[in-house]
Amino acid sequence: MSENIISSDLLVVGAGIAGITAAVEAAETGASVILVEKNPYIGGKVAQFNKYFPKMCPPACGLEINTRRLRTNPSIKLYTMAEVTSVKKTDEKINIILKLKPRYVNNRCTNCGDCVKVCPQFRKNDFNYSMNETTSIYLPYENAYPAQYVIDKETCLGETCSECVDICKYQAIDLNEKEKIISLETKAVIWAVGWDPYDAKNLDLLGYGQYPDVITNVMMERLASVDGPTKGEIIRPSTGEKVNSIAFVQCAGSRDENHLNYCSSVCCMASLKQTKYIREQNPDAVIHVYYIDVRSNGLLEDFYNSVQDDEKIHFHRGKVAKVIQDQSSKKLIVEAENSLTGTLKQNAVELVVLATGMKPATADIRIDKSSFDENGFLKINGTIGCGVITKPKDVAATVREATGSVLKVIQNIGRN
Amino acid sequence: MSSENKVGVYLCSGCGLNESINFDELTKVAAEENKVPVCKVNQWLCNEENIKVMKDEIKAESLNRVVIGACSQRFLSDVFNFGEDVFVDRVNLRENVAWTHKPNDEDTQMLANDYLRMGIAKVNNCEIPEPFQKDINETILVVGGGITGITSALAAAKSGSSVVLIEKSDRLGGWLNSIYKTEPFHYPYTEPEIPEKEKLISELKSNDNIKIYTSCTINKITGEPGNFNVTLSNPANESIIVGSIIQATGSLPYNADKLGVLGYGKFDKVMTGVQFEEYFINGKELLNGGPVKSVAFIQCAGSRDKMHLPYCSSTCCANSLKQALYVREKYPDALVYIIYKDIRTPAHLEHFYKRVQDEDNIFFTKGDVINVESTDDDLISIDIDNTLLGDKIQIRSDIVVLATGTVPSTLVGKPESGEQDDESDGKTLDGKKAAQSAETGAKILNLSYRQGTDLPTLKYGYPDSHYICFPYETRRTGIYAAGSVRYPMDFETCKEDAYGAALKAVQVIYNAKKGKAVHPRSGDESYPDFFLQRCTQCKRCTEECPFGTLDEDEKGTPLPNLTRCRRCGICLGACPERIISFKDYSIQMISSMIKAVDIPDEFEEKPRILAFLCENDAYPSLDLAGRYRLQYDPNIRVIPVRCLGSVNVVWIADALSRGFDGVIMIGCKYGDDYQCHFIKGSELASKRMENVQEKLKQLVLEPERVKLITLSIDEYKQIPEIFNSFVEEIVEMGFNPYKGM
Repeated sequence: MSENIISSDLLVVGAGIAGITAAVEAAETGASVILVEKNPYIGGKVAQFNKYFPKMCPPACGLEINTRRLRTNPSIKLYTMAEVTSVKKTDEKINIILKLKPRYVNNRCTNCGDCVKVCPQFRKNDFNYSMNETTSIYLPYENAYPAQYVIDKETCLGETCSECVDICKYQAIDLNEKEKIISLETKAVIWAVGWDPYDAKNLDLLGYGQYPDVITNVMMERLASVDGPTKGEIIRPSTGEKVNSIAFVQCAGSRDENHLNYCSSVCCMASLKQTKYIREQNPDAVIHVYYIDVRSNGLLEDFYNSVQDDEKIHFHRGKVAKVIQDQSSKKLIVEAENSLTGTLKQNAVELVVLATGMKPATADIRIDKSSFDENGFLKINGTIGCGVITKPKDVAATVREATGSVLKVIQNIGRN
Repeated sequence: MSSENKVGVYLCSGCGLNESINFDELTKVAAEENKVPVCKVNQWLCNEENIKVMKDEIKAESLNRVVIGACSQRFLSDVFNFGEDVFVDRVNLRENVAWTHKPNDEDTQMLANDYLRMGIAKVNNCEIPEPFQKDINETILVVGGGITGITSALAAAKSGSSVVLIEKSDRLGGWLNSIYKTEPFHYPYTEPEIPEKEKLISELKSNDNIKIYTSCTINKITGEPGNFNVTLSNPANESIIVGSIIQATGSLPYNADKLGVLGYGKFDKVMTGVQFEEYFINGKELLNGGPVKSVAFIQCAGSRDKMHLPYCSSTCCANSLKQALYVREKYPDALVYIIYKDIRTPAHLEHFYKRVQDEDNIFFTKGDVINVESTDDDLISIDIDNTLLGDKIQIRSDIVVLATGTVPSTLVGKPESGEQDDESDGKTLDGKKAAQSAETGAKILNLSYRQGTDLPTLKYGYPDSHYICFPYETRRTGIYAAGSVRYPMDFETCKEDAYGAALKAVQVIYNAKKGKAVHPRSGDESYPDFFLQRCTQCKRCTEECPFGTLDEDEKGTPLPNLTRCRRCGICLGACPERIISFKDYSIQMISSMIKAVDIPDEFEEKPRILAFLCENDAYPSLDLAGRYRLQYDPNIRVIPVRCLGSVNVVWIADALSRGFDGVIMIGCKYGDDYQCHFIKGSELASKRMENVQEKLKQLVLEPERVKLITLSIDEYKQIPEIFNSFVEEIVEMGFNPYKGM
């Protein structure tokens, strides 16, 4: 049996920017690495972002370099659509069981795209937070790595249809592919499972799910992206028209005892960045930002200053109490309270962006629950994690922590 | 063409390529025109069985050069890999030809033919890189004995490295010596923590892998990663050899003498947060033991202030919250006021903020301090404007604490209009001037590099790097900044940062031993070769290398330090004598590709445009244009380059004298928010455009025939417009008069 077990020095769980960084930094220091990712593509949230603050540069740029480092390094083995289902530690090694979900498209796929032309079924595009659809056989996004299609079995008609199987010249599609279980053996694990946006449906007074023109900050990233559902045009979902007035609701679910009692760290900068998306597309748009504290720590202050220089961006201190719709104008009324004066302020806007926070994606993680605090963050202990699993943080801090986590691994397992 | 080269051409007609391109013609280009001994077409080149057949054939025919005419080089690089002895080039017939041009069109076919010619020329003018071999020292030097330095030294030593740590003062610990407690970094993140200074220092001292020098600075560093020769000040002129360096020289408080407007220096009861902390470390009584009824903290004292430090110092909010608790503990009846702009306690520190808010007698006031005075009853009055209530208010307090910010130690010794900036005691700093200049004038590392003594910095004196995606990659290979010298950060972040820098310090040595490049061309075994007999000492290469790879002898001849090199080829682009080359990237290689293009005579009315695309961003962007099947003019011939900065003017001259009608260069954005992975490449390319214009003048050609465009990777939709409009401009200008000459 043991010869069938795949072994490595290091297992990295999660191939977002944290996991990718940890994997390439480790491999470039001589470690053999298995990198596992639950999505059919790598890049995680970063792949869905339009720009990074404060440089306003595309994440695809750094991701391109990292993907090149990853795909050209023979010391890294990548599994996508993979989930760690068991972690068993012995004195010398760690035994891992990995569940590989069927992709239904193998690595013979050449990306020719013929299958999409014949697929009669559609699915909601989760990459774009369901703001549009793709065919049931799809590429997660155009620049996805691995550049390999995948089938959504929920909506696929299966063998009764088989159009894609018939048209594929490269025998790349197997509608009967089964889930696989594989065993791995490793000396160390880095957990980099990332985060989920806080579910805005929990914020019932803020109108998400009730009014189509209330969206979240992560949706805004996709709306602004050139490969997003609107090809980069920021529009009012209810009308499809360009946006002339917009409100950003900060701490939507963060710093709130009823939701997330911590600060999600990045939402201030994310909204400041998004004001620039709006401004670039509409020089006249009026923008309101409702905040408790603007947290543009460190040198990011320069960016905040540059946003404050924009005369059509108004900052209001106060937590938004509710968002309702004006029946006649169909505009959204944002009502905020000044906590000191107790006065209510109202503004009518066409689009509301909820700056929802980050929740660590650790609910299903297979390690001892005592390693986590009640919010799901990894406490400082022997378990090595990086990225939002330890605390909410931005990309720069994630990369820093991911790089450092590799040294911790080398301390434990030695060098090759 | 080397006679030892034996070339095989393998063409893929799948993915719809056969519906667009005539493969018989392509085969003729390879087999007849270029006399390639092996040329095969397969309708599914990448399938496992065929790859096996190819591998066998390559071996049987002893091919050492293979041209794959199929999809982009960004796909299947592992599949089309035939071992170390076979040089492979990818001719992108899919994204660059079939998917982006009219099928079965004469112009499309000409494009495919030319790309194949260029690929064959390329492999015939390349050699397979062999890594250099050098003796590599594996010791890591840590500069600075504060929290970051100690942590990184221990981190590296525990991972098996030998470490030398130097500290300029006579005492280890840095800021740890000036701290009673830190803000909470451990669950549940609510109570200040006693830092483990003694434990860390004793661990450091007892680690056999670590050698410590105190009262020690660096007189000089020569050499390169794997072989830095470091001359120390104490013991005088002792020199040590190390492999890599971590700069953990920390930060200093902003000079409060500049804060007279907040009462500092005027009133004894106005002190800095650092001074306030001292009372608690030493158990000294505030106000000489008199009653303390109130303490007011003024946040952002000298930070977030255009007159002082425009940036946020990041740590002062949590620091004052912590000190507010000191007051509550020692003087239970005292009132505490915290006057702030925004309370910045990100992530888990929010729990701490909440806990301090829940404490009795601590009052938070948002507003701007406009005046600080002493009162008749010997209190300090603070006038505050822009409060949330909209009114001006006044707070009176026994003691005022200024939460001063942080300035990187790179600014020590920075000359300020003729005078030394560290006028006082070397313990505080004025970062205001630094806001205007990236030149710090620091002399910490004392590198005897041609390009200066220390790490190049961004504005405010923080070391330059791709600080979002690749924060450790400074512009001096093998030297990594960490901790508060790199960015304003708290103790816990400094510790994390120390680990990251330690990993990079270990990694650079690992790769130097193997003769491999580090980021971003990780693993590249090629390196620049200098044919110095023909060097004219123009110094362009030594000036332009963004990583300070090249030193100079007294005449100005470059002295390469190969382990400093990042293989961008910017030196190759700079050299007017064309004496710099890589085995797999050279003047000759690209020139041969340019010459391989078939230039139709002017009567055919087919312009030819040469395009140099940065392979890091512009080329992937072109690939994406292909994936979206965006159509563009078929008269463009694209050559991917390592960096736009590696484009030598001679290639442009070659192209124009060969009859190309125009040349376009597309690279990364430059400027303050540069995206160039080699920091300066695209900027240098744009500066060299002056030389290009000079060249055009000599050739009596219009300056508009050569154009430079910057493009982000996500701007692929602009590519057709960029290409098409350039071709239109050129056509309007008329054909290159050198055509056919």
